[in-house]
Amino acid sequence: MEDKKYLYKRNNIWWVKVAVPKSQRDKFGYDLRQTTGKSDLDEARSVRDHIVESLKSKLSESENYIPLPSTKFMEKTNIENPQYFHKVVDCQYACPAHTNVPEYIRLIAQKKYTDAYMLNWESNVFPGILGRVCDRPCEPACRRGRTHEKSVAICRLKRVTYDYKDDVEKYIPKSPKIKNGKKIALIGAGPASLTVARDLLPLGYECTIFEKDHKAGGLMRTNIPSFRLPADVLDEEIYRIIDMGAELKLNSYIDKLKPVIDEYDSVFIGTGAPKGKDLNLKGREISSENIHIGIDWLTSIAFEHVKKIGKKVVVIGGGNTAMDCCRSALRLGATDVKVTVRSPFSQMKASEWEIEETMEEGIPILDNTSPKEFLFDDKGKLCGVKFEKMEQVEIDGRKKMQSTGEELTIECDDVLLAIGQENAFPWIEKDIGIEFGEWEMPVVDKLTMQSTHPKVFFGGDSAWGPENIIWAVSHGHQAAISIDNFCSGVSLKERPDPITNLVSQKMGIHEWSYDNDISQEKRFSVPHEELSKSLKNLKTEVELGFDEELALEEAQRCLNCDMQTVFEDDLCIECDACVDICPTDCINFVDNDTEEKVRDKLRVPALNLDQSLYVSGKLKTGRRMVKDEDMCVHCGLCAERCPTGAWDIKKNSYKESHTLTNKVVAKEVA
Amino acid sequence: MSFKKPINHHPKLETNKLGLTRRDYEGAVSTLCAGCGHDSISAAIIESCFKLNIEAYKVAKLSGIGCSSKAPAYFLEQSHGFNSVHGRMPSVATGANCANRDLMYLGVSGDGDSASIGLGQFVHAIRRQVDMVYFVENNGTYGLTKGQFSATNDLESKNKYGEDNLFKPIDLATMAIQLGATYVARSFSGDRDQLVPLIMGAMQHKGFALLDIISPCVTFNNHDSSTKSYDYIRDHNEAVGKTDFVPLGEEISTSYKEGSSTEISLHDGSKLTLEKTDANFDPRDAGKALNFIREKEKEGKVVTGLLYVNDLAKDLNETLNVTQTPLSQLQQDVLCPGSKILEEINQSLS
Ligand SMILES: Cc1cc2nc3c(=O)[nH]c(=O)nc-3n(C[C@H](O)[C@H](O)[C@H](O)COP(=O)(O)OP(=O)(O)OC[C@H]3O[C@@H](n4cnc5c(N)ncnc54)[C@H](O)[C@@H]3O)c2cc1C
Ligand SMILES: Cc1ncc(C[n+]2csc(CCOP(=O)(O)OP(=O)(O)O)c2C)c(N)n1
Ligand code: SF4
Ligand code: SF4
Ligand code: SF4
Ligand SMILES: [Mg+2]
Repeated sequence: MEDKKYLYKRNNIWWVKVAVPKSQRDKFGYDLRQTTGKSDLDEARSVRDHIVESLKSKLSESENYIPLPSTKFMEKTNIENPQYFHKVVDCQYACPAHTNVPEYIRLIAQKKYTDAYMLNWESNVFPGILGRVCDRPCEPACRRGRTHEKSVAICRLKRVTYDYKDDVEKYIPKSPKIKNGKKIALIGAGPASLTVARDLLPLGYECTIFEKDHKAGGLMRTNIPSFRLPADVLDEEIYRIIDMGAELKLNSYIDKLKPVIDEYDSVFIGTGAPKGKDLNLKGREISSENIHIGIDWLTSIAFEHVKKIGKKVVVIGGGNTAMDCCRSALRLGATDVKVTVRSPFSQMKASEWEIEETMEEGIPILDNTSPKEFLFDDKGKLCGVKFEKMEQVEIDGRKKMQSTGEELTIECDDVLLAIGQENAFPWIEKDIGIEFGEWEMPVVDKLTMQSTHPKVFFGGDSAWGPENIIWAVSHGHQAAISIDNFCSGVSLKERPDPITNLVSQKMGIHEWSYDNDISQEKRFSVPHEELSKSLKNLKTEVELGFDEELALEEAQRCLNCDMQTVFEDDLCIECDACVDICPTDCINFVDNDTEEKVRDKLRVPALNLDQSLYVSGKLKTGRRMVKDEDMCVHCGLCAERCPTGAWDIKKNSYKESHTLTNKVVAKEVA
Repeated sequence: MSFKKPINHHPKLETNKLGLTRRDYEGAVSTLCAGCGHDSISAAIIESCFKLNIEAYKVAKLSGIGCSSKAPAYFLEQSHGFNSVHGRMPSVATGANCANRDLMYLGVSGDGDSASIGLGQFVHAIRRQVDMVYFVENNGTYGLTKGQFSATNDLESKNKYGEDNLFKPIDLATMAIQLGATYVARSFSGDRDQLVPLIMGAMQHKGFALLDIISPCVTFNNHDSSTKSYDYIRDHNEAVGKTDFVPLGEEISTSYKEGSSTEISLHDGSKLTLEKTDANFDPRDAGKALNFIREKEKEGKVVTGLLYVNDLAKDLNETLNVTQTPLSQLQQDVLCPGSKILEEINQSLS
C-alpha cells in the first residue's frame, strides 16, 4: 500500500491530519489539520514530516498535554462528548457548515421537500446553489463510499430540496422592526457577506452590504457559468437574504476602509480573491488582445460584455476555472478548444466530476504540457502557443516535472489563462491597524475570524485565499457569532456549544421509528440535457437534476449514519447475539489492550485510523465491547437482537450553533 | 424497520480457500428469541465450516423438533436439510448416512428432543457408530413449548415460575462415553473460543461425535435459580484444558508447558492439541474421564472441553460394508447384476 500516513486528500490537495489525544480534545477537537498545498502525493510526502512535527509541537506546548504512552490501555469511550457521535456522521462532520445530511435525506424520502430545504438553509444558506455547484467535501467522506462503492449523491439530493419545495417565505425570519442599534458594514456581496447578513439581521442588526458590481453574488454570479448555475436560482437565494432587511448598495466600490470603520460598529470583509494570475512568457508583451485572464473573462461573459470568442481556443491550467473557461468557450462559438495542463492527468486540480463533464463535451485535455511562448503572425495577431512536453522524474526520491525537450505548437485565436487566483487589498490603508503577513494576506484568527483590528473581521476567500462557497458560508457563521459577541461586549472566545440531542428510536417490540431498509443499488447518475442543446446556449443548464423517482431511490442509499448505536455496559449479558447479527462485523468482545493491539485483534482488524473505536467499560467476564465505527451501516439489528436492550439506537441530532440557531423552525423526522 | 440483514459485508472480510467469506455460510435471519444460545452455536458452526473450507453442498443438516431443531435454517443456507419429527432425527440420520457416504452429517437436537422423547434413538445412533456430528443444544428446558423442565435439568433447580425440579438429570455426555461414542465434548454457547475448535475437531472426526453444548434459553431458563443460565455457567465452568484444532499441513503454533500438552491425530491428518490443566485427566482414557467429571460434579463444577476421543473405531458403514458410492448414483447394471450372475448364484447353492 502507498504510504499515506497522516495524509488525506481534499479538493485534490493533500492535507496533514494529526490525531489529538483525548485529554486535549476539548481544546483542539479530534484532530489538527493543515494543508500541504500540494496535489502531488510525493510532494505532499516531502513536506509531511515537517508539518506533522509542527502540529505535534502545538499539542505538546499546550498546558494540558499528557504524552500518550503506547502501553496505555484503552479507556471507556465518553459518548457525552458531542463530538463523538458527530464524527460518526461522516458527511455532516466533513461539511464545513455541518449540514445535517442524513436528516434531510430522510425528509426527502418522506417527500417533505420544504422541511428538507429549510434544514439545509439553516446550515448552508444556499441549498439551491450548493445543490448544483458545491465542492461537496461530504461526498468523499460519505460512509457509503467505504461500505459499498460510491458515496450517496448528497449534493444533488440537496438540489432536490430546492427543486421540489413549496413556498418557504413564511419560514424565513425577518429583521425585527425595532433594531438593536448596531450597524454592520459588509464589504462584497459574495456568499461570505450574505451569510453574515443572514445570521445578524434577525437579531436586529442593521446590515449594509457594499458591492462594487451592479449585481450581488460575488464569484457565484460572475464566474460560475450559468450552464452550471442558472441566474434565477442565484437571485432567489440571494434576495431571500436581502429581503430579510439588508441594505444592498450596488456599484459601490469601497476604496478606503478607515471611513467605514469609523461609521459602523463592526466591519466584515468578504471581498474574495479577485485577482487572476497572469503568465509572463515570451510574447506576452507584444499584445494582450487575445490573451485573457480566465476569471475576468468569465465575469465579462456573466455581465454580457463578451459574447463571442475565436474558433480555436487554448486554455492553460488544470483547475476548475480552466474547466469553466473551456466549456464557456465552446458555447460562445469556438469549435476547437483544448485544455493544456503542466502536470500529469492524474494530478489535475479540478474536481473529478468537472473533468468528467468537460471530457463528455468532447474537449481534449493535454497533460504534461507546459506553455513556453505566445506566437504572433506578421500582423501582430496571436496565432498560437508553443509548449514543451514534460515528464515526471524522481530526483532524490522526489517527483519533479522536467522538460523532455519535445516541443509542440498549438494554433489558436484566443488563449484563456486559468492558472490561479490571488488576494489583493489595494484599498485597505496600511496604517489603520490591520496587519498583513506572508504573501500580503491579512492576519486573521482561525476561530473568530477577527483581524488585528478588533472591529474588522474577514471571511470567505478574502481570509486565507481561494476556497469555495461552503467554506465562505462556514466563515460567515463564525464571523457573525464574533460580531454579535463583539457588539454585546462578550469575549470572542465564548462560542456557543453545539446543540445536540440523542433520542431513542425504539417504539415498541420490534418497532423502530426509522427506515433501515437501505438500497443496495449503485449510485444513480443525474440526467443531463442533450449535448446538442446544451452546447448551443450558454444559459441552458446542463444537469437536469434528479426527477422525483430517482431522488427517492437515491435517498434510499443513505445509511442513516446519525442513527447511533448506544451501548449500556450494565445491561449486557455477553450473549454475542449482536456480534453474530452485525452484517459488517463491527462488534467485538475482547480483552482490553493498547489501542494498536485492540485494533489488530478485532474480527476484521480496524485499520482505518480515522474512524473511532467505541469501547465499553469492563464487562462481567472482564472483556470489553469494542465497536469499530468504520463500517457500521446503522441497520439497528444489533439493538433489535439484543435481549436486554444493552444496545439502543438513538438519533443524534447535532446542530452547530450560530446566531440564527433556534430562529429557523425546521421539522424533524422520526 | 426491516429485519432483513443487509447483504453487504465488510469489504475487508477474510476469505477462505474457496474464496468464500464467513457470511457465505449464513442462513436465514434467526427467528429465535434475541440472545438465545442456539444462535451463538449456529454462528460457531458457520465459523467452523468457513475455517475448514467446507463446501456447503456436501453437508446435510438434520434435526427434530424444538427451538434448537429450528436452528439449521439459520446456517448453511445452501446445504441439504431435513427437519424430522420430534426425537426421530437419529433414525433419519442413520438412513441418510448409509445412503450417501459422501456427505457430512450435522444432527442438531435439543435436550428435550434427545434426552426425553428421543432418548432411545439417541442411544442407538451411538451404539451403531453413525458417522455424524450430533449437537445437543442443551438449555435445560423445553423452549419451544414455553419452558417445561427437561430431563437434563439439575435436581432442585427452579423453573421461571419458581417451581422445583424433582428429578435427577440425565447427563448425555457421560452417557455417550459409556455407550462408546468416539468423540465427546461439552461446551458453552457463550465461549466461542472453546467451542469452535471442538466443532472443527468433531467435523473432522470419523465416527459418532457428540457435542453437548450448554445453551442458555434467555426467555425461560436464564433466571437466578437456573443452572443453565449465562451467569451460572460462567461461574461454574471448569474447562479440562484448552483445545486447538490444527488443520492438515499446518504447524502447531501454540507453545505449551512441558508435558502438559496432548496431541490427537484425526483420520484426515489434522490434529487436535489439548493443554491439560489437571494431571488426573486424560481424554483418551474413558474411565479417567468419567471419574474426573464425577469428581468435579461433586464440587459443583460443570466440566467443559474435549472429554473423550478415540479415533480408531469403526463406523457404521464400515461395519456394514456399505458401498462407497451414494445409492442415488448406482446404475442399473450394478444394482441388478443380470440373469447370468443369478444363475451362478443358484448354481453355487445347489
Ligand atoms: C471559475 C470559478 C468557478 C468556481 N466554481 C465553484 C464551484 O463550482 N463551487 C464552489 O463552491 N466554488 C466555486 N468557486 C469558488 C467560489 O466562487 C468562491 O470561493 C466564493 O464565491 C467565495 O466567496 P466570497 O464571499 O469569499 O467572495 P466572492 O464570491 O469572491 O465575492 C466577493 C465580492 O466582493 C466584491 N468586492 C471585492 N472588492 C470589493 C470592494 N473593494 N468594494 C466592494 N466590493 C468588492 C466583488 O465584486 C465580489 O462580488 C469558483 C471560483 C471560480 C473562479
Ligand atoms: C411427538 C411430539 N411430542 C411433543 C411435541 C411438543 N414439543 C415440541 S418441542 C418440544 C420440546 C423441545 O425441547 P428441546 O428439544 O429441548 O428444544 P428447545 O426448544 O428447548 O431448544 C415438545 C415437547 C411434539 N412437537 N411432537
Ligand atoms: S451514508 Fe448518508 S449519513 Fe452516511 S455519510 Fe453518506 S450521506 Fe452521510
Ligand atoms: S447498527 Fe449494529 S448491527 Fe447494524 S451495522 Fe451497526 S453495529 Fe452492526
Ligand atoms: S446482544 Fe446485547 S446482551 Fe448480547 S452481547 Fe450484544 S449487547 Fe450484550
Ligand atoms: Mg431445550
